Order: sequence, then structure tokens, then C-alpha cells
Amino acid sequence: MEREIELRPGKASAARPVEWKLAGRPRSLTYDALRRLWRDRAAVVSAAFLVLMIIVSLLAPLIAPMDPTVTNLPKRLLPPGSPGHLLGTDELGRDMLSRLIWGGRVSLFVGFIAVLIAMSAGVVVGLLAGYFGGWVDSVIMRLIDILMAFPSLLLAIAVVAALGPGLTNAMLAVSIVGIPYYARIVRGSVLSLRNQEFVQAARVIGAGDLRIIVYHILANSLAPLIVAATLDVGWMIMAAAGLSFLGLGAQPPTAEWGVMLSAGRQQIRNAPHISILPGLMIFLVVLALNFLGDGVRDAMDPRLRQ
Amino acid sequence: MTRYVVQRVLSLIPVLIGVTLLVFLIMQLAPGDPVKIMLGPRASEQAVNQLRRDMGLDQPIHIQYLRWLGGVLRGDWGRSIQLKREVLPYLVGRFQNSAYLMVLALSAACLIGVPAGIISAIRQYSLGDRVAMVLVLVGFSTPVFWLGIILQIVFGLMLGILPVSGIQSPGQTGTLDLILHLILPSVTLATGPMAIIARMTRSSMLEVIRQDYIRTARAKGLRERLVISRHGVRNALIPVVTVIGLQAGYLLGGDILVEMVFSYPGIGLAMVTGILARDFPIVQGAILMVASSYVLVNLVTDLAYAYIDPRIHYGT
Repeated sequence: MEREIELRPGKASAARPVEWKLAGRPRSLTYDALRRLWRDRAAVVSAAFLVLMIIVSLLAPLIAPMDPTVTNLPKRLLPPGSPGHLLGTDELGRDMLSRLIWGGRVSLFVGFIAVLIAMSAGVVVGLLAGYFGGWVDSVIMRLIDILMAFPSLLLAIAVVAALGPGLTNAMLAVSIVGIPYYARIVRGSVLSLRNQEFVQAARVIGAGDLRIIVYHILANSLAPLIVAATLDVGWMIMAAAGLSFLGLGAQPPTAEWGVMLSAGRQQIRNAPHISILPGLMIFLVVLALNFLGDGVRDAMDPRLRQ
Repeated sequence: MTRYVVQRVLSLIPVLIGVTLLVFLIMQLAPGDPVKIMLGPRASEQAVNQLRRDMGLDQPIHIQYLRWLGGVLRGDWGRSIQLKREVLPYLVGRFQNSAYLMVLALSAACLIGVPAGIISAIRQYSLGDRVAMVLVLVGFSTPVFWLGIILQIVFGLMLGILPVSGIQSPGQTGTLDLILHLILPSVTLATGPMAIIARMTRSSMLEVIRQDYIRTARAKGLRERLVISRHGVRNALIPVVTVIGLQAGYLLGGDILVEMVFSYPGIGLAMVTGILARDFPIVQGAILMVASSYVLVNLVTDLAYAYIDPRIHYGT
């Protein structure tokens, strides 16, 4: 891969024409991308917020003040700021702060795992289609066309309709929806890389299909995949929460943001915080992921900057 | 062009067959015996066998599919288990309600998104542009089901000026009442597409105003307004047409969530209640109807794109 080496003019004088010197040691592409990302304030703030959310989620059993499923009816529907309940309580007297912390654990886990599943499956499918071409490509692409003939959320709902409601099935459903997108990205880069000289060179020196695919083709398709995945985690979190909101994903009494929001709808007159707070969390996490995704895209390929 | 239209229409056939196959498989894949699930655990053996025969579920699977497909093509979409009525006429009525919502939402999204994108592009990096672009990210990061609830709280409960659920007030049949009921759900549904349309219009416009022909138009002394409207916007909108078409897909999905929030009797609400009640004919019918309309919208978008962009030739 080509390295970016910056050339700067030295001192010019009448006797000496401009001399070009290397401005520094050649740097890696990753280093350059990270440096550009670091300069994007919105992306840095978003990344910091997401890291904080991940730490809080991981430490939920230690830092959540109460058990998120223990009910306490005499203390139901307390507003935020009540003594002992910083963010109030829900319709069954459960501590909102604890439920939000545990809910984040579920939502973030679902989002990241769903993207991981979709990306892994999509990469394998896309590599097969692009690298082998011919009938393998035709069959895979027709199947992808069929999956893409459904609006994303509808496809997820159809999968849940078949598998039955539940958190695992909802996660599986949103990952299946993602597969075609990754498959198409990978197939596209394989097609553009397959006949490049460095791949032919590898083949000439006797590299096998697997080695070429993994070390030469996949390694060079990573940039668009990383960008797509960053932007996708947000969509997956929102879609999984949406399924739970519809009653098709996580089921009560699980502390999950979509479930909490849905349960709070019955109380929007007396205790709007029960549905506003979990929705706000989904919004903030998705917003941060979108800012970060935009930042990563601009950093990895400055030509795409808009 | 005719040849392209024919080719594009023919290419729908395998996709539509695939869609029907997937929709058919929903019931086959469902864990457990669908007949027992539909009738509940206390149903008699006789009733179970009767329904299984009525639905043709005692036949081999490929026969079942062909019989089901034949029924779908003839307009026989089966009977709802819960509602005890024909699925097709019921869903057509529901779909019509959803269509009001989606048409209104898409119009609002275009009417606000396109001008916002154009103005942002003309004043690139101005304060207004920056604010608009942050709002765009906010717009498509907002979960529709949350936005809907917030609008219900603000406009329905706090201000009390708009109805928060259903399609008509009890005893009312007027158009004004219908429109009032449509405002909050369509605003909710429009937010995401509006953001995406604004962003795409802006980037398309930015690309266009850097072209040589724009410089030529300015150089020959054309007024800036004419440069933008006649040479800029008209070219910039070509790719936006595709984006607007794609948003129809988002609307068909987001609509399901919005209908749930506002208890709006559309096809999305029918689908979700059908899934929760295990009413498979309704579920299959609703999914088939929404997916086929998406396929058709995509077709129209592609054809519109080919029609309005004279630079594209689909001869081969």
C-alpha cells in the first residue's frame, strides 16, 4: 500500500533552486487516520461518551445502586430527584437509575454483537461471491436482492414473526438485516482488487486462495467495513430497541431501554420520566455513534469529507 | 428507454417470487405447530385436524406454497384467525390509512429537507449550515417511537391542542378531524427522511456548484439567483430523486413503530398485533403487502431516475 510521504520545500535562493526534503519519517495510514480523528472534536467527545457508557455497562453489577428488577409498590412513580432515587422510580417502584444502567448493558451488548454477527456473515458471503464469481456470485447476489426487497425494519419484524419474540431472536433478526449490506461492500472491494497487480503477484509466487483472500483482499477492504460498522451499531441499537418497544424483542421485566419506554407509555400523564429517560439514552448513544461514524469516515478517507 | 423499462420490470419477477417464498416460510419456520398455536392449548384434536385440512397444511410443502401463491394471485389471502374475516379487504383498508400517513410524511420531508439542503450548500460553513447539519444528525439519531411520545406529551397533554391517538375522534367523520389526527404521527415519521434528504441535497448541490458550467454561467453575467435555480438546483436534484425513493423504504418500516405509538389503525399496527396474537394469515398478508409496495416504489424510483436524467442511456 502506498505511504503518504510529505515533501516540503527547503530554502530557495538565487544560486540554489528549491530543494525538496522529507518532512519526517514516513507514517502508517492508521496513524494518520487516528491523528485526523483526534482533531475532530465532535468525534472525540462522542468516543469519550461511548467509552464511559461501555465502562458503566460493564460495571453495572457494582455501580447500580439497586437491583433493577426488585419492585417496591409504595414508592412507585417517584419523580427524578427523590431521596434515594436520583432518577425516580417506575410504575412498579423500581429504581430508574439502576434500570437505565442495566438497560444500557443489554442495548449496547445487542448492538455490538449484532454488528459483529452481520459483519462476519456478510464478509464471508461477500468474499465468496466476489472472489469466485460465476454461478456462486449469481446465486448469492439473487438471494441478497430478495433480502433487500424488504424495508430493513420489516425484514427484522418478519424474522421475529418466524422465530418468535425474544431478545436473542430480535438480535438475530437485526443482524440478518445487516448481512446484505456488508456482503455488498466486501464484494465490491473484492471485484476492484481481484485483478490488481499485487494480487496477481501473490498468485504468481504460489499463494493459495485462502491466503490471497485473507492477507491481500480482506486486509485492503477493511476501511469501508470499519466505517459501515461504526454507523451500523447505532442503527442496530435503535432497531433492537424498536422491536422491544413493539413487544417483539426483550420481554418485561428485563431492564432494556425499549421495554422500559414501552411500559412507561401507560404513565405519560403522571410520570413522563419513565418513558422519556430510556428514549433519551437511546438517542444519546445513537447520536454519539453517528458523530463518531462520520468522524471515522472522514479520517479514513479525507476525500469523502463533505 | 422502452427496452430498459421492460428489462427492469422483468427483473422484478424473480425478486417477487423470492419475497413470496420468504413470506410463506414465516409460518413454516415458526417453532411448534402453527395450527395448535393459533387455536390455543385447549383446542380439541378434531378442531386442530379440521383447521389443518382447511389451511392445506397436511400437504407436502411445495404444494402448500403453490396453493398459497395461487390464492394470493387470485385475491384469496386467507381468513384471519382472530378477526374471523377475509384478510385482503381488511388489509387494503388498513393500508389506505397508512398511505395517508406516509404520503403526508414524505411530502413534509421533501418540502423542508430539499430547501434546507440547498440553502446549507449555498452558505457552506456558515452558522446556519453548521446548525442545520447538527440538526440533521440529531434528526436521524432520534428513535421515532421516542419522538412520538415526546410530541404526545407536549402537544397532546401539556398544550392540549392536538389529538394523540387513533385516526378519528369518536363519532366524527370529517376530513378536518382526520387531518388533525394525522399531524403528530406524520411529523414524527417525517423527521428521519427529512434529515437524510437535507444532507443528500446539500452534498449533491455542493458537488454541482463546483462544476465548470456553473462558473461559465456566472462568467457570462447571469444573476446568482438564476445560476443557482436554473443551473444548480435542477442538476443537483437528480440524485436526490433516488434518495427520496429510498426513504419510502424507511417510511414503510418506521410507519410500523409510529402507528404503534399513536395507536393509528394502519397496516403496521395490524401486523404487530397479528404477530403477538399468532394470527399468521394477517402477518403474512401484511408483510407481503408492505414488501411488494416497497419493490414497486423502487421500480418507480429507478424509472424516474432514468427518465429525468438525459445523460443516462440504458441501451445495453
